[in-house]
Amino acid sequence: MNDSLGHIFVDALLINNFVLCVFLGMCSFLGLSSKFATAWRMGVSVMFVITVSSILAFGTNLILVRYHAEYLRIITYIVIIAATVQLTEMFIRKTSPALFRAMGIYLPLITTNCAVLAVPVFQTARNYSFVQSVVFAIAASGGYTLAMVILSLVRERVELSDIPDLARGTALTLVLAAILSMAFMGFAGMGNGG
Amino acid sequence: MSNEQTPIACHGTLPASSPADTMVAFTNGLWKQNPVFVQVLGMCPTLAITNSVRNAIAMGLATTFVLASSNGLVSMVRKLVPKQVRIATYILIIATSVTIVDFLVKAISINVYKALGPFIPLIVANCIILERSEAFAGKNPFVKSVLDGLGMGLGFTFALSCLGTVREVLGAGTFLGIHVFGSNFEPWVLFLLPPGGFISLAIWLLTFTLWRDRGARKRRKVVVQDQEIRQEMPEMEVAS
Repeated sequence: MNDSLGHIFVDALLINNFVLCVFLGMCSFLGLSSKFATAWRMGVSVMFVITVSSILAFGTNLILVRYHAEYLRIITYIVIIAATVQLTEMFIRKTSPALFRAMGIYLPLITTNCAVLAVPVFQTARNYSFVQSVVFAIAASGGYTLAMVILSLVRERVELSDIPDLARGTALTLVLAAILSMAFMGFAGMGNGG
Repeated sequence: MSNEQTPIACHGTLPASSPADTMVAFTNGLWKQNPVFVQVLGMCPTLAITNSVRNAIAMGLATTFVLASSNGLVSMVRKLVPKQVRIATYILIIATSVTIVDFLVKAISINVYKALGPFIPLIVANCIILERSEAFAGKNPFVKSVLDGLGMGLGFTFALSCLGTVREVLGAGTFLGIHVFGSNFEPWVLFLLPPGGFISLAIWLLTFTLWRDRGARKRRKVVVQDQEIRQEMPEMEVAS
């Protein structure tokens, strides 16, 4: 396995895209991708939360390993994520009330987004160093944002066309996601060369 | 369209079910409010783990255990926890149950543990569990909440095995590891890969929508006929 920083970045961003290839963060991917503005804001806030919680989780994991308390990992990680989301919310409310009003509803939803929990779990399972973890977190959340933005743009176009009533809603979104996922399968070949 | 009314986001405010008796709490999750096909919740494990029937059933049972135990615990502490910190408490309870499941699966079968991999810790972030704690267990007595968790979990297992069956039979030509077709069958590998997950879930959802839509239309027809008969009745009475 290649552990160079560039490889980790491309792998998490495109080859093993979190949403389209590993199926993480599906709920918000299907639920919040109907408008571009919403999808974009959700993507950026998830990026921030993932990066901060990944850094905090890395430090916490060192402490847990030192005191042989690895069984507490799941609980500490979820507490870290909940705290990060709360902090982000408070930070945005203080610095930019306008932005807070625009994305206030979406912030608390990030806590139960499985993509956020997956980054610390994966980085621990793969024994990444600190720099590798940060690169992995940025790339993975960037991949999430990329998939959200692409799907929201496609859905905005599809809204204008004439679709049978039965297929409207989740089923149609899933078919769109399947086509996107097939497109991302094309990146799989890049892994062998790198 | 019933499909459009269903909130897709995991955090949509679903109406809290208020079944009259305890048995309904159990059967509700199996069919009428099936977490995957009707409520469209918990999509991550639904799509990620269903490339074989065995994994799908293992994941479903693990989720069932977490749902039942966390629902029971939440219902026990529901009167002690202040309203402001209830979500944080629920998440901690769920995380504890998931840690137990993590060790249980590792102890029972190391192969299954390797196949499910990081998706066992990710049960914490499965929206079904938090949704049931918030909508049902926080308001209902202990036995009812546990039964609701069991029902929802078994409904989830059922949905996962439906999806797993389609993907394993088409993608590998096997069912639970037994070859279904002859040796001439060329496996449709796409169904084991991510796009196949999306496509087979889309087809299942369409089938269920079609089914429910047809049922609703039949019921509507009966109501319309009933009204027509009632409208004709007074005329007949006048005529006679």
